[in-house]
Amino acid sequence: MVERQVAAKPEDSPTAGEKAPTEEAGAAGHGAEPRGKRTESGEATYLIAIAEALWEEMERDDRVFLLGEDIGVYGGAFKVTEGFIERFGPERVMDTPIAEETIVGTAVGAAMEGMRPVAEFQYADFMTSGFDELVTVTGKYHYRSGVPLPVVFRGPSGGGVRASNFHSNNPEPFFAHTPGLKVICPAFPTDAKGLLKAAIRDDNPVVYLEHKWIYRRIREQVPTDPDFLTPIGKADVKRDGDDVTLVAYGAMVLKALDAAQELEEAGISVEVVDLRTVWPLDTEAILASVAKTSRAAVLYESHKAFGIGAEVSAIIAEDGFDLLDAPIVRLAPPNVPVPFSPTLEDAYIPQVENIVDAITRLAKW
Amino acid sequence: MATPVTMPQLGETVVEGTITKWLKKVGETVERDEPLFEISTDKVDTEVPSPLEGTLVEIKVPEGETVGVGTELAMIDGGGDGQAAAKGATAPAPSVAEEPEAAVAVEESPPAEAPAEPEAEVPPEAAEAAPGSAQSRREGARMDREWAVQESPPPTPVEAPPAKGPRSQILSPLVRRLAEEHRIDLSQVAGTGTGGRITKKDVLAFAEAKAPGAPTPVEAVPPAAPPAAAPPPARPAVAPAAPARPAVSGREEAISLSRMRQTIARHMVESIQTSARAWNLVEVNMENVAQTRAAAKDAFKEREGVSLTFMPFLARAVCDALLAFPEVNSELRDDQLILKHYVNLGIAVALDDGLIVPVVNGADTMNIIGLARAINEVATRARTKKLHPDDVHGSTFTITNPGPFGSVISVPIINQPNCAILAFDAVEKRPVVIDDAIAIRHMVYLSMSWDHRIIDGATAAKFLGRLKLNLESWDFGPEVGLPARG
Repeated sequence: MVERQVAAKPEDSPTAGEKAPTEEAGAAGHGAEPRGKRTESGEATYLIAIAEALWEEMERDDRVFLLGEDIGVYGGAFKVTEGFIERFGPERVMDTPIAEETIVGTAVGAAMEGMRPVAEFQYADFMTSGFDELVTVTGKYHYRSGVPLPVVFRGPSGGGVRASNFHSNNPEPFFAHTPGLKVICPAFPTDAKGLLKAAIRDDNPVVYLEHKWIYRRIREQVPTDPDFLTPIGKADVKRDGDDVTLVAYGAMVLKALDAAQELEEAGISVEVVDLRTVWPLDTEAILASVAKTSRAAVLYESHKAFGIGAEVSAIIAEDGFDLLDAPIVRLAPPNVPVPFSPTLEDAYIPQVENIVDAITRLAKW
Repeated sequence: MATPVTMPQLGETVVEGTITKWLKKVGETVERDEPLFEISTDKVDTEVPSPLEGTLVEIKVPEGETVGVGTELAMIDGGGDGQAAAKGATAPAPSVAEEPEAAVAVEESPPAEAPAEPEAEVPPEAAEAAPGSAQSRREGARMDREWAVQESPPPTPVEAPPAKGPRSQILSPLVRRLAEEHRIDLSQVAGTGTGGRITKKDVLAFAEAKAPGAPTPVEAVPPAAPPAAAPPPARPAVAPAAPARPAVSGREEAISLSRMRQTIARHMVESIQTSARAWNLVEVNMENVAQTRAAAKDAFKEREGVSLTFMPFLARAVCDALLAFPEVNSELRDDQLILKHYVNLGIAVALDDGLIVPVVNGADTMNIIGLARAINEVATRARTKKLHPDDVHGSTFTITNPGPFGSVISVPIINQPNCAILAFDAVEKRPVVIDDAIAIRHMVYLSMSWDHRIIDGATAAKFLGRLKLNLESWDFGPEVGLPARG
């Protein structure tokens, strides 16, 4: 893990110290309360880490600008860009109509002209409204023209916040399946910050999927070095273990770690591999871990079939067949839309008890 | 009482095999299922385990010799219990079938499933619990899918044969690999996994237990590591897998080698390490052949159904030269030179994913038509993957043919156990001096790699000279439907 240090920041920066809000946002968190700031001890939430990444990159490079629905005066649906318009002005913090295809098209056009736009979607679910521009134009543009396309599309994805099936989706498989796009799904504030900064400095189009369930849930010491970057395409072993490899990304990493803790008490040692970047996929890290444990499970929140877990499983089977002492296990929601009922949503998303149960069986296979 | 060990049948179409190495010497003792010798059928290289326990009292077939299936290879004295031992020895096939290499390499063999453990070996208790091993395998597999968790049976002390649970036949890829690396007979390993399945830990524990004095895998133990400082058992077998995977970055790409590629790589390195390779080249005026071919080829194609290429002309000329210089058509076996007064011609065929060398048997008995048909047939079967293991075995001399790809001069590697390999490069029109005049002629460079252990430069040059003379002077016309030259 990176060394964390805290430095004093200007008062208007999102990194400036303030007492932490004690409770996370209610319901979907949509506009519920201020973004908050780092605690006096320097810990930041995932939400704050993302805001800091944007702020620092805008300070560093004036080609970086933001566009999206209600990101300016209102400060964004989840308050990621609260205070940005006052600092950077409406030309660099642009409110747009509710028209995602236009947002993508505008961002891509600006990137073609040498700007480095960061487009926000209120919910990652609505990225598909700009799908044609993302898939047909964005992913292919560099291949067609040889011109770099430094643009970031970011937005909150994922469920667990009782927001029903238009506000809880995990669209990363669509974009991981689209050549030409990088896809990032961080789980921790530090990774969220380092990867967003790396994405903004990357010359390729990047789809950066935040997880709204994590936004205000956890805090950690997050680096304040303005050049702190996390490499895109590198997984991170978040917990060492010997018996089973559990590959996850996004919010599922947090559940995997909770499950690993319980399993440790039951005598099963689980290695948690946080992909951090879904594409490019760090196959080397996955295989190195499976070489150690000989058993692999993949935990993910997008639909089980034809998803990230299918790809990870296939890579393990293709390149690590003779490392395996047991069949690969996929833990993921069924192929139905995210349910609204809290009971059903909890049954839909893999929970710690489901993970403990499945890993126990895998370890005993 | 001594019991014979016979050449096993390694697939329906294999009729013979070459003993490449005896792993035991006369007088040494051998365990049942311990590797006894290595055989090669060209596509299939494998170790053959001993069918019984005892003392090796006689080796009847020395290394390097090729014999038919069923031939007696050696005698093993099984001690007092001669009858029981003989029973095992008469049926070596099942134990050979357990070798994954054999199963993979032979075309029609079944997919690598659980090993064909003879049902009779299932202890009575296990047989009662799940009658029929196939049935119990299915049960086991079904149970896996349903994720039924059973309490593991208490670990059985490692004393053969251990009791087998209903899932003892389910062997994971890792368990198979570790068993191969450590040369472990899995029927001797007690499974402590659910339903008696043998797990990685069981294999490593077994390997650890038998480690003193037992043969250890070559790859798994770094030579420098002192045995006393050996890390816990989980490490040595698994750890090498990770470093073996090359780290790639940026614009590099790592591709796992196909089985064919691995085989080619092994054979090529072995060849280089075996032969004292030397090389000669002659330039041949192919005008004679080119004109005959040009005049005959259309009618030939219509009549015979195969194209008339340069290859059968060359093969015809080569066969004659080989019979004239049999040292070039020979094989070095230990300290003996085996001269072959017949020609089985290996023809190197390029495939999308590699190379294979099918053999035209009795090439010296064929005329151009016969050679054209035979070469076309083996090449077609090679490209459509319809070769049988015995189609790639027994060549006495090999021709490789990079000419169609534009190569002008080649330095091939000898196809063991041949003495020499000839490269047939591109036939091109070139200006040449003929009778102090410059003329344009179809020319080719014929180059040959040869084994300096067997022949010397003079023999190689004389052989190539004979080949050149044949190609430049023979009247091939009558063999391809043209009138004889006056």
